[in-house]
Amino acid sequence: MVEQDGAATASGASEAVAAGGADYLPILLVPALAAAALPLIGNPVTWITLTIAALAMGMMIFVIASGLTLVFGLMDVLNFGHGAFIAIGAYLAMTTLVPLAGWIQADQLGLNLAALGLAILAAMAGTSVIGWAFERVIIMPVYGQHLKQILITTGGLIVTEQLIHVVWGGDQKPMPLPTALRGAITIGDVAVEKFRLLAMVVGLAVFVAMLLVLNRTKLGLLIRAGVENREMVEALGYRIRRLFVAVFVAGSALAGLGGTLWALYRETLTAGIGSEVIVLVFIVIIIGGLGSIGGCFLGSVLVAQMANYTGYLASKVALASNILLMVIILMWRPQGLYAVGGR
Amino acid sequence: MRWAGDKENPVERRAMINTLLSGDLPRSRLLSAVLVLILATLAAAPVLFPGAQAINTAAKICVFVVLVASYDLLLGYTGIVSFAHTMFYGLGGYGVGLALYTWGPTWTSALAGLSVALVTAIVLAFLIGLFSLRVRAIFFAMVTLAVASAFAILAAQLSTLTGGEDGRSFRVPELVRPNTLIELPFAGPITGRTIAYYVVFLSAFALFLAALRIVNSPFGRVLQAIRENDFRAEALGYRTVVYRTSANCLAAGMAVLAGALNSLWFRYTGPDTTLSFAIMLDILLMVVIGGMGTMYGAVVGATLFIVAQNYLQKLMGAAAKSTQALPLVPDLLQPDRWLLWLGVLFVLSVYFFPTGIVGKLRQA
Amino acid sequence: MADALLTLEGVHTHIGQYHILQGVDFTVPRGAMTVLLGRNGAGKSTTLRTIMGLWQPSRGKITFEGREIGGWATPDIARAGIGYVPETMGVFADLTVRENMILAARAGAPDATRLEWIFAFFPALKRFWTQPAGVLSGGQKQMLSIARAVIEPRALILIDEPTKGIAPAIIDNMISAFDELKRGATTILLVEQNFRFAEALGDHAVVMDDGRIVHRETMAALAADTATQTRLLGLSLEAHG
Repeated sequence: MVEQDGAATASGASEAVAAGGADYLPILLVPALAAAALPLIGNPVTWITLTIAALAMGMMIFVIASGLTLVFGLMDVLNFGHGAFIAIGAYLAMTTLVPLAGWIQADQLGLNLAALGLAILAAMAGTSVIGWAFERVIIMPVYGQHLKQILITTGGLIVTEQLIHVVWGGDQKPMPLPTALRGAITIGDVAVEKFRLLAMVVGLAVFVAMLLVLNRTKLGLLIRAGVENREMVEALGYRIRRLFVAVFVAGSALAGLGGTLWALYRETLTAGIGSEVIVLVFIVIIIGGLGSIGGCFLGSVLVAQMANYTGYLASKVALASNILLMVIILMWRPQGLYAVGGR
Repeated sequence: MRWAGDKENPVERRAMINTLLSGDLPRSRLLSAVLVLILATLAAAPVLFPGAQAINTAAKICVFVVLVASYDLLLGYTGIVSFAHTMFYGLGGYGVGLALYTWGPTWTSALAGLSVALVTAIVLAFLIGLFSLRVRAIFFAMVTLAVASAFAILAAQLSTLTGGEDGRSFRVPELVRPNTLIELPFAGPITGRTIAYYVVFLSAFALFLAALRIVNSPFGRVLQAIRENDFRAEALGYRTVVYRTSANCLAAGMAVLAGALNSLWFRYTGPDTTLSFAIMLDILLMVVIGGMGTMYGAVVGATLFIVAQNYLQKLMGAAAKSTQALPLVPDLLQPDRWLLWLGVLFVLSVYFFPTGIVGKLRQA
Repeated sequence: MADALLTLEGVHTHIGQYHILQGVDFTVPRGAMTVLLGRNGAGKSTTLRTIMGLWQPSRGKITFEGREIGGWATPDIARAGIGYVPETMGVFADLTVRENMILAARAGAPDATRLEWIFAFFPALKRFWTQPAGVLSGGQKQMLSIARAVIEPRALILIDEPTKGIAPAIIDNMISAFDELKRGATTILLVEQNFRFAEALGDHAVVMDDGRIVHRETMAALAADTATQTRLLGLSLEAHG
């Protein structure tokens, strides 16, 4: 059923937007959650450490989730095989770092970053190509058929994970964290891990870059319009299929980047690394609103906060607490924090 | 009154089979042959296969036929993709297993555990069913994935209750213990193992027939109508909420029973064998390759998959050895990579034969 | 008689199992406004969508400027020179009016002169230029939708019920706007249920019923023939006249 005026139908969001202002209410959830955690944790130093860890983890999850939510918003395609791209990116990065071991082990930030840069480039290039192939072979034939899409991308996940085993073997591999990025910087009483800082910087950079592209370029315009009303964009003369492929490839590349960061964060790598984080990624894009980058960013931070705070307070219920968070947010805004378009 | 099993009368016999299968006949000589073969082999398994691996395979097939059939009810007939099915399977397994572990190996404990599991499962399925209506399919699939993962982690974490990652081994009621020996009047001694097998087999058979009855009833037809076009069904006066939720509950209940049977046979319950995402993927593979929306697909799919799981790997191992000289091929043929080939078969099935093997056999 | 810019011959469209268009035949002469009239459910919107490629015709031929476009993909049909203003307007609510217009100007930035020309008969668009299109009223959204279709010269514009749900005062405004458009020698195929609007602007009338064309006439002739009007358009005339 199409709305007469095509406006969003989510309750709170559209009222705020219609009033001419932006919808800032959900952003308050982040400090609210942090504030709620403080009395439970007690020690302010621990709280700061956990919150910083949450921000870093949130950034990494955002990098992975952003591609997924954009692809879904634009193409109505949810790639259940996204976890495989996370893993492939990490493995490609690891493989690239093997000959660069010298640069990694040297205690020079410049060399370390150069090595990481190359690894990330390799990861993103590889996942882009594989993403392109995946879109052509697996996804394109089942556009619009949601049931088949879910099944087939899950099948793609199985096959891709198995192929990782074939190429790299199934045992756990070490992921070398560069020397200059090991350890922590102390600010006052708080120790901030250096790698976490890097992850935050990278994540923020990705976020800013995405916002710039979406809001300042015609390409971004097309994507935002396409997320709202694909048909109309085509009726204006744009071949949106090409856009789909481009966005899917970009999403896969981001998954590769995110996977690399995640593997470095954990310092080990197994074929199941994608599956580890994919559940959190799904929760994030559901909370954020399918298709919304801002929502995805917010959701990532919230989920990471939840994971870190409960990980410290009651680790057994960490994942369950995120599910609870998801349920509560869905009860408030059934379409997620920032609903997109008229769906 | 005519005796229904009157073999002299083919019309009567056909009528009896028709009623047994709730009117949902295989409709293909080839498929019927395959099904009869599977049924006969499973029925005679303790006699045909004295070895442990073989009879374990047979029991597992029985369990999975029920589990996959229940999933077909959800996916094939109602059109709902849920990744939470293993949660119900696990509930059944843990319900019976933990009951036998905590309250002693008696039938009452098992039944008590089963009842708790069934009630919990139906309540959960009810909630999930209500939720599925408010959101779109993809959303729903993601949420079920998240919930099932959380459940699996919880089960693995609450080690004092559930035995954690290692699960729990427990003893079963005396009648079905492997060492038990019962003297049959005319046939000689049979072991508790055999009795256990026939409990599993006959329960599975009965549950499968029940599933056939459900999908071929008016209720089942409405489910299919909803699957095709829920707006239309709603417009025709069928409250899709009620039907979808009922389907969810029925499927969940059946999965619980499958889990219970699994626990009973293997005398073990644990997160890896019941709650893992790998099992969920296995179920998906079985139902799609076998044939969605056919019920018989569950039988064919489960048999194929589990036989492959247990025996294909040997074949692949041999093939890998023989191709050792070649570059990539041996890695592709490693026994552990059997899932790769099934995954490829799965993807091909979704594209080219969505009605699966059953569909193909029916066309032949 | 002007040459035919667009011709439909025996066009059938199926949507799922529903056979909506059952052999549509008509031509749209160049440089004039043809109005497609008919009751609710006659298949008028489906006809426009089929021409635009949003539904694929199951049978028949659609010829535009000598080329057969039946079976083409929507973006290619749009690039061939056909603009589309859907019944639902299709404005991008999250994008500003300006961004909507930027998208519509495929060749580059919107031409300033042409923009001024549009502002002249749709002043609201200038007022809300940097606001998200979602805050516009129904009538203003309709204006935006039309503006998008004309920001660049197009050979043919398909417009689907522009006056639906619009206040009568704004409809008058739209009549003068459309007069302007026609002066630019653009060919327009308009679907309308509001006969007054159709009568004021249309040159040719084509009447549809049950997925087929049942009457073709010049608008002047149909306007004078109240008997035929009532027979073909019946209740809809009462409701929208």
